Amino acid sequence: MTEDIAKLAQQMIEALPHAHALSMRLEKIADGVAEISMPYDERLIGDPRTGVIHGGAVSALMDTCGGAAVMCHPQASGITATIDLRIDYMRAATPGQRITARAECYHVTRSVAFVRATAMDEDQDNPVAAATGAFTVERTEGAAT
Amino acid sequence: MNRPRPEPVQVVKQRRDAALSALVQGVPYIRFLGITLERRGDELTAVLPFDDKLIGNPMLPALHGGVTAAFLEVTAILELSWSLMWEDMESGALDPATLTPETLPKIPKTIDFTVDYLRSGLPRDAYARARINRSGRRYASVHVEAWQDNRARLFAQATGHFLMPSRNG
Repeated sequence: MTEDIAKLAQQMIEALPHAHALSMRLEKIADGVAEISMPYDERLIGDPRTGVIHGGAVSALMDTCGGAAVMCHPQASGITATIDLRIDYMRAATPGQRITARAECYHVTRSVAFVRATAMDEDQDNPVAAATGAFTVERTEGAAT
Repeated sequence: MNRPRPEPVQVVKQRRDAALSALVQGVPYIRFLGITLERRGDELTAVLPFDDKLIGNPMLPALHGGVTAAFLEVTAILELSWSLMWEDMESGALDPATLTPETLPKIPKTIDFTVDYLRSGLPRDAYARARINRSGRRYASVHVEAWQDNRARLFAQATGHFLMPSRNG
């Protein structure tokens, strides 16, 4: 059953054309926590001197992961849209390494879901970026109001 | 009145457009998203032509929130880089004809970036302009606005802080 859900979720991610364009891969998804990774890709370089990936691509990963965390939260199932997203860039991602984002939907109200996320490359001790965001919540039919 | 003859207009335009083109062409990610720049004097407008690969939700369909964020961040960085090279370009210290990624001025680094999603991005072209609110020796603060059909109806705006490249290499 859990495997079926994971498979379905991966298909959903792949159905998002931009997530597909960035070759995003779903690593984990359950109870308001999502992990999505993205391989290093020369098309995403933001600084040709260093080969470092553009912050915008990291934003796209964080945004997708934040949305996925909201969608798998028990109280906020369904479609969601970003209201706001703030990203802090702590260091440049190391060229050549896969970037993995982990987002947690830590609070849900009737209309808003609050998310925090981090992005790591292969160095698991030093995050590349951290994010906080607010997302819309579609009220589930029949849910207690 | 005894001032030097102004440069021919074509010489000025060619210099500025060459510098701008070098700035955009050197960055793979800008080409990946398909972003181009339009220039009026020193005012830049970034253009993101619609493409299927920019879609987040195929049901609506809407631009991916990450694409919107990336478009705004690219616009902010280009505006900063452009303002950094303007003086050297106009004084002749920097020759746009010989610019390569290695000789281009270093790119400002994003410290933080906050995107305010005002409405969903429609499947059509988007435009953005950045305003540098403060540009110091080390830090800069930039605000960006993005719209689609109507200039007054923004679909997203953002504020970011940037670490400026050191001047002496």
